[in-house]
Amino acid sequence: MADASAHAADPSTFYLVDEHEHPEGHSTLLGFWIYLMSDCLIFAILFAVYGVLGGNFAAGPGPRQLFELPLVAVNTSMLLLSSITYGFAMLAMEKDRKGPTLAWLAVTGLFGLAFIGIELSEFRHLIEEGATPQRSGFLSSFFTLVGTHGLHVTFGLIWLVTLMVQVLRYGLAPALKRRLMCLSLFWHFLDVIWIGVFTFVYLLGMVR
Amino acid sequence: MTAGAHGHTEGHGSLKGYLIGFALSVVLTAVPFWLVMSGALPKAQTEAAIIAFAAAQIVVHMIYFLHMNTKSEGGWNFLALIFTVVLVVIALSGSLWVMFHLTANMAPMPDMTQTP
Repeated sequence: MADASAHAADPSTFYLVDEHEHPEGHSTLLGFWIYLMSDCLIFAILFAVYGVLGGNFAAGPGPRQLFELPLVAVNTSMLLLSSITYGFAMLAMEKDRKGPTLAWLAVTGLFGLAFIGIELSEFRHLIEEGATPQRSGFLSSFFTLVGTHGLHVTFGLIWLVTLMVQVLRYGLAPALKRRLMCLSLFWHFLDVIWIGVFTFVYLLGMVR
Repeated sequence: MTAGAHGHTEGHGSLKGYLIGFALSVVLTAVPFWLVMSGALPKAQTEAAIIAFAAAQIVVHMIYFLHMNTKSEGGWNFLALIFTVVLVVIALSGSLWVMFHLTANMAPMPDMTQTP
């Protein structure tokens, strides 16, 4: 008893009173990675929903009547090209070359914009044919899954433009490099999700 | 700050790495599209092949574009990835398994396909 009270009177023996120093942003990339993993779970659930509802056509049109694979192939190459150009932007950033970094980011943005444009025109085409999200379980889950991915790419584009403006104004400061690396993870992650989309929604849909 | 900024440089990858990843991705994308569009293989083989190509391409992207390895951030990145993969497998296989059996064991309904 006497020992316990003696320790309680001197709590500093149990832990460090002062927080030791952390460099700014040292845990940002790990934190962002954990966010991406949680985003991955959102997509996993949407894929599961598509897997469950994807066969319920309610006597409506199915993948074979709706999807155009050449268009999906073009879309896939847009996203893949935007991934490699973002990689080039990161390599230029590493060498502190502001101009090439911005140029590659702009190219990435254009490829991303092309992807969103093609996807929106595909959606418009489907809706004009009467294949709306309300039509069947298959179409509800299709629009939810592919639309969520498209929404991510759209926000990625907004983020990209924001960072380009910041780089223009402030140069390649350490904080901006960190943000560009986070967007790099985000952008490549969306390309990984797209692999799942074109394989399980489009290609498997056409085979079945 | 300099230590922090330079501590991550190994994560950027190299030009060679990006080009290898890109070339592999192009092949791993083009082949499944060609398989489906040409119908070169029977249905079951095509399905198995495109799923295998997708899995391979996801690994390629993880290594060459996302620079995933077992050492970055002291291994915590990789640990979070493994945890997520386990959750994804449970969520996907569990949902599909439960819902497949629910549909298979449900009493037949009168002509549900005709209701709009």
